[in-house]
Amino acid sequence: MDFNFTEEQSMVRDTVASFLQDKYDFETRRKIVASDSGWRADYWKAFAEELGILGASFSEDLGGLGGGAIDNMIIMEEFGKALVIEPYLGTVVIGGGFMKHSGYAGAASVIEGIIGGSTTIAFAYAEPQSRYTWRDLKTTAKKDSSGYILNGHKAVVVGAPFASHLIVTARTGGAQRDTGGVSVFLVDKSLPGIVTRDYPTVDGGRASEVYFENVSIPADALIGGEGEGLPLVDKVIDEATAAVGAEAVGVLRKLHENTLDYAKQRKQFGTAIANFQVLQHRMVDMFINVEQAVSMTYMANIKIDEDAATRAKAISSMKVQIGRACKFVGQNAIQIHGGMGMTDELAIGHYFKRASIIEGLFGSVDHHLKRYESLSFDAAA
Amino acid sequence: MNLDFSPEDVAFRDEVRAFIAENYPAGLREKQEEGEEMAKEDFLAWHRVLANKGWVAPAWPEKFGGPGWTSVQRYIWSEETARADCVPILPFGINMVGPVIYTFATPEQKERFLPKTLSGDIWWCQGYSEPGAGSDLASLKTKAERFTGDDGKEYYLVNGQKTWTTLAQHADWIFCLVRTDPTAKIQEGISFLLIDMKSPGVTVRPIITLGGEHEVNEVWLENVKVPVENRIFEENKGWTCAKFLLAHERSGIAGVARSKRGIERIRAIASTEMSDDGENLLADPVFKRKVAELEIDLTALEYTELRTLAGEAAGKGPGPESSVLKIKGTEIQQRITELVLEAAGHYGAPYFRGFPNDGDNAHPIGPDFAHRSAPHYFNVRKTSIYGGSNEIQRNIIAKMVLGL
Ligand SMILES: Cc1cc2nc3c(=O)[nH]c(=O)nc-3n(C[C@H](O)[C@H](O)[C@H](O)COP(=O)(O)OP(=O)(O)OC[C@H]3O[C@@H](n4cnc5c(N)ncnc54)[C@H](O)[C@@H]3O)c2cc1C
Ligand SMILES: Cc1cc2nc3c(=O)[nH]c(=O)nc-3n(C[C@H](O)[C@H](O)[C@H](O)COP(=O)(O)OP(=O)(O)OC[C@H]3O[C@@H](n4cnc5c(N)ncnc54)[C@H](O)[C@@H]3O)c2cc1C
Repeated sequence: MDFNFTEEQSMVRDTVASFLQDKYDFETRRKIVASDSGWRADYWKAFAEELGILGASFSEDLGGLGGGAIDNMIIMEEFGKALVIEPYLGTVVIGGGFMKHSGYAGAASVIEGIIGGSTTIAFAYAEPQSRYTWRDLKTTAKKDSSGYILNGHKAVVVGAPFASHLIVTARTGGAQRDTGGVSVFLVDKSLPGIVTRDYPTVDGGRASEVYFENVSIPADALIGGEGEGLPLVDKVIDEATAAVGAEAVGVLRKLHENTLDYAKQRKQFGTAIANFQVLQHRMVDMFINVEQAVSMTYMANIKIDEDAATRAKAISSMKVQIGRACKFVGQNAIQIHGGMGMTDELAIGHYFKRASIIEGLFGSVDHHLKRYESLSFDAAA
Repeated sequence: MNLDFSPEDVAFRDEVRAFIAENYPAGLREKQEEGEEMAKEDFLAWHRVLANKGWVAPAWPEKFGGPGWTSVQRYIWSEETARADCVPILPFGINMVGPVIYTFATPEQKERFLPKTLSGDIWWCQGYSEPGAGSDLASLKTKAERFTGDDGKEYYLVNGQKTWTTLAQHADWIFCLVRTDPTAKIQEGISFLLIDMKSPGVTVRPIITLGGEHEVNEVWLENVKVPVENRIFEENKGWTCAKFLLAHERSGIAGVARSKRGIERIRAIASTEMSDDGENLLADPVFKRKVAELEIDLTALEYTELRTLAGEAAGKGPGPESSVLKIKGTEIQQRITELVLEAAGHYGAPYFRGFPNDGDNAHPIGPDFAHRSAPHYFNVRKTSIYGGSNEIQRNIIAKMVLGL
């Protein structure tokens, strides 16, 4: 039994933590969120060059530091604590994940771009009608002489305004909800026919509606086998969910810690409100939620490379725990802050907002409960 | 036991329904449907229509300008206005300070303030909370010291800071709790003072909340000169008015009729939004179960409110039982916003101040209901905090009802 991190992993964590402490305090983040671009391209460069963290989860022969999911987990947790906006999830975890698992011919050079900071990726998978069923696709990619013609509409593509490339799911065959016929493409965002409507998101990020209007993409944009993309998509989304679980852990720790601090210092009725037993028990329950979320996140990240069914079950059980914790810890953090919790001024509300979005990201509690049920009951029957 | 409406009540309901249909300002309806933020004039437009009709203050006694309705008629009124999605009448004048004035004030004060409160010519805000005095309201520090002015008249010199003052940016007058005797026991040195917002020394600063709204403010009072005749009730006896007002504040807070509308809206949304299975959300057993549970909880609350109303009709004032209505009412309001956000799926995330799809109809951003779903979910967290937090309500029930 060993839940300890390796020396390298501890170093990555300390490097990230100290950078964020110096350069990503809450006031700085507020400015980033309010700025025209909505992110710090120079920080991204620093992640690549100064900190070297963009390569932490790639193998050494690809130019990385030789880590994997646990490194992503460590980094995402620190990013959660600082509410980092920059597109690590889309670029490294998701973009990198597709490159690692697909056998894509151009993978090495794309990964080089990711590690070096020049390639940023957003994942265009959801559609207005799809909800959390990723195979429900109206977007099509039709073969033509030079490659494929892409048509469709992708919903709430997080990080798209900062992205140089999009990873797009589209139908090369089959009906709208078939398991077969799903293909995955790496698409240069500057291609003609790609229309985006960019907007802020409630948690301080940026996203786009992305429309493909007869976009001509080369044949080598296809990642993985034509029409065989769904298992790959499932795997990468599971990895992304595991990483988001780690981000949630960072957010949850801050929600809890800030609430404890506030309750100890806020006086009403001549005493710190932390002395009211009902609030103590609430903060104890928040603590239990956080600790359970941490355990589940470790579990899920450890099982990430097992067979698809084991992995899926681990991820879904984690996401149920994370989703519930986000709601319980988030709502109570606001409640215990009283009126101060409702202000835009304090960080607590911003952690709550991120927690609320994470609750539904890559599937709500209900979605993952159903997935868990079908994996653990239906399969046995 | 008989809960059916009498023929008179049914006739009353039809009259109310017809009145709303004919008189609710069309411009307001449009603004609401477009999800636009309400301006001061928007709130006042409907207020004035009702004031002219004599219906703006359903709970006031007739001699002060109330319509003389029974509690059943008032219940019908709140059902019908919610059913028609009318903008709410702001509570500060009608539900809060008005009853304090007609109960505790002098005849001159009643004459001076009640008609203008009814007509909407005075917009009131509530100056109770302070940075150090939230749940522990009695610990407030804003000072009011008596002095004789150059004109030979008696004044208070008021200094302090109020906070969380809802819509103070629009207000003409603020009703404040101030400390007039710093040496007395904390509840016994407080007075209830009305202050003209145009007085020199009053400064209003916005506080922006989670959903990006400017709804609450800080109000700074620096050497504000307030005539003694603006004090309601006796000096140092303001706590009596304060508690009376809080009981009234809580009784309207259950919001049953509006929550019913909220659930109807969820049903409408869920009948068009897709579930994971590619059917509509109302066909989804899990979502359906949550809506059903919410409806059942709301029905329980409704009958609890009806029992309270019946008690009031029998002459029992709103007692500590109103805390039950506050706790359950706000929890249900919050769960409604959670379900709407869940129904929005991915489209809960985009954030817009205005109406996003006006600019580019060719490339719409999600369904209309989704745009305000997350900010609204964030904003409605306030209901379990204000009006006496739900923890404080539970303390009240423990102490006053259960004798713990
Ligand atoms: C099935 C069973 C097996 C047991 N086995 C053992 C055993 O093997 N060895 C042994 O030593 N004891 C045993 N106990 C006894 C048990 O430890 C006590 O019942 C327990 O500590 C509670 O004490 P009490 O019954 O006096 O209740 P009280 O202490 O009177 O508590 C009554 C209620 O008040 C609550 N309460 C009390 N204080 C507070 C507080 N400060 N804040 C909030 N809530 C509070 C409690 O949670 C409880 O709900 C057993 C009890 C049961 C029911
Ligand atoms: C949107 C909004 C609008 C408002 N509008 C107005 C207005 O117009 N006018 C006005 O005067 N005020 C207004 N308020 C203020 C509101 O009444 C206070 O926020 C409320 O009374 C709580 O006080 P507080 O914020 O200082 O929290 P605190 O009193 O600091 O409470 C913090 C936490 O501690 C808990 N707590 C405190 N004491 C106890 C206890 N004894 N036992 C258990 N738990 C306890 C609380 O429940 C809460 O969870 C508004 C507040 C909000 C958020």
